[in-house]
Amino acid sequence: VEIYLPIAEMPIDMFLILGMGVAVGFISGMFGIGGGFLLTPLLIFVGIPAAVAVATQGPQIAASSMTGSLAYWRRRAIDFKLASVLLAGGLIGTVIGVLFFNQMRRIGQLETVITLSYVTLLSVVGLLVSFESGRAALAARFSKTPARRKLGGRHHWFEGLPLKMRFHRSGMYVSAIPLVFVSALIGFAGAVLGIGGGFILVPALIYIFRVPANVVVGTSLFQILFTMIAATMFHAATNYSVDLFLAILLMIGGVFGAQFGARAGANLRGEYFRLLLGLLILVVAFRFAADVFGTPIEPFSVTPTETVR
Amino acid sequence: MKGSLGLLLALAAMLLAFAPAGARAQSLIATLSTDRVPILSNFSGERIAVFGVVEPGAGPRPRQGYDVVVSVRGPRGALTVRRKERWGPLWLNLDARRYIAIPAFISILSNRSLDQIAQAEVRDDLRIGIDSLVPPQALARGANDPEFRQALQRIRVRQGLFDERPEAVRFIAPNAFQAEIELPGAAPIGAYDVEVALFADGALATRQSLKFTVHKYAVEQWVADAAHQRPILYGAATSLLALLIGWLASVIFRRD
Repeated sequence: VEIYLPIAEMPIDMFLILGMGVAVGFISGMFGIGGGFLLTPLLIFVGIPAAVAVATQGPQIAASSMTGSLAYWRRRAIDFKLASVLLAGGLIGTVIGVLFFNQMRRIGQLETVITLSYVTLLSVVGLLVSFESGRAALAARFSKTPARRKLGGRHHWFEGLPLKMRFHRSGMYVSAIPLVFVSALIGFAGAVLGIGGGFILVPALIYIFRVPANVVVGTSLFQILFTMIAATMFHAATNYSVDLFLAILLMIGGVFGAQFGARAGANLRGEYFRLLLGLLILVVAFRFAADVFGTPIEPFSVTPTETVR
Repeated sequence: MKGSLGLLLALAAMLLAFAPAGARAQSLIATLSTDRVPILSNFSGERIAVFGVVEPGAGPRPRQGYDVVVSVRGPRGALTVRRKERWGPLWLNLDARRYIAIPAFISILSNRSLDQIAQAEVRDDLRIGIDSLVPPQALARGANDPEFRQALQRIRVRQGLFDERPEAVRFIAPNAFQAEIELPGAAPIGAYDVEVALFADGALATRQSLKFTVHKYAVEQWVADAAHQRPILYGAATSLLALLIGWLASVIFRRD
């Protein structure tokens, strides 16, 4: 059944988009990630203009992080103070990101920027996750306890920075500057690439800031929820690329997929599971790399700049 | 298309009634089955019937018979053609040419191939055929490279937005013809010009211009208008909807 997308100005198979929403929702529910980094490329591969694909990720990620945030909120697993500091950074990053996005679109390098950023981001994250989980899987197989890094006692250089804040819920006393900086970077990436950034924010909070595991996911989801609402607003207001129909289809598919994914994920073993995620990320990275490193079959592309109606 | 045959017969009767018996120069009466194509949420393309009657002049009938070319031209706009080039290990969009007034849709229907109907110079003068409807680049940025213009046409043909269909015009009687314009699902919205040209022995006898518009309908138009005219409200509404769907999901699937 074809449905006409009013902003993308093209017809698309409704079940294809719903199916993609379900599939990515399933994966995101299973791994506890937003899935934007998989959905944006998929949308671009089926012919949705890159600008619309990225801008329409905003509401889709907002919907799924809303569901997640509510669950963590009921369990009181959100550090609201930490989330608001992160949100401040996220908003700064988002504004700069949308401005950059519009500028790149104007000079015709948006696709290249998106492709290159995906290649870099996904290869690094994919390699890290695969390597880490592969090592853990090996360690588990030979029944050795995985080498745990000592977290206490070490001091980071940024701990000497001013503007220190106390976060009771997370039991931290750190400067707000690095927190804002990291979340601004992620907000920037989110606005340009159409990703929530949870898969970068969560490890960053755990490994760099030592936020306890029981609040980290809820806090990150809560922060992503608001960053993505901001991204939706900025994209809608400046480049008119948010497609309501596409967003609705993706949200419905994603919400259902996530529920089944979460159930399926509960029965899988951690290391193998993360190895799988790492490999999945690498596959997406390779697909993008082929676009920018491989000799193109059709080196030309056509972009309409304005139409007289 | 159901009902299209009945419609054609009605058009035929109407047009034949108009054809006077008196001796006049060759003329042409053509019409379209519709002048407004709405895009509904299930839009995946549309067919528009063209029907026409040739009224022969007083002179002898042309030796080769009549030829008809129907040129459909969508809304015109500016576009940029970019070429990826090697840059270190990467392929980047490094070279570009800008074109203005390129139709977003071109479909050329004829009763036989264009080069059998008229010579290249004649067709160029009359702007008949895809190649004649795509002007050379407008802004001189870099040398005029014909490769870009060819690429533009090649890509649009592959997307189904440009096509030439010889034998799409059928003569259903010696002086009456019929054709079907096929609009793809990706047909851009806007005003379309249809030019019906009648050739006799390789020269233009007469031509007639018709029009139709493709417009978004009701909900689609409303959404597109809202997105462009009230962007902040549109963004807020989309965000609220996202929150609502997220909340609903958590209610539906709540397990604790």
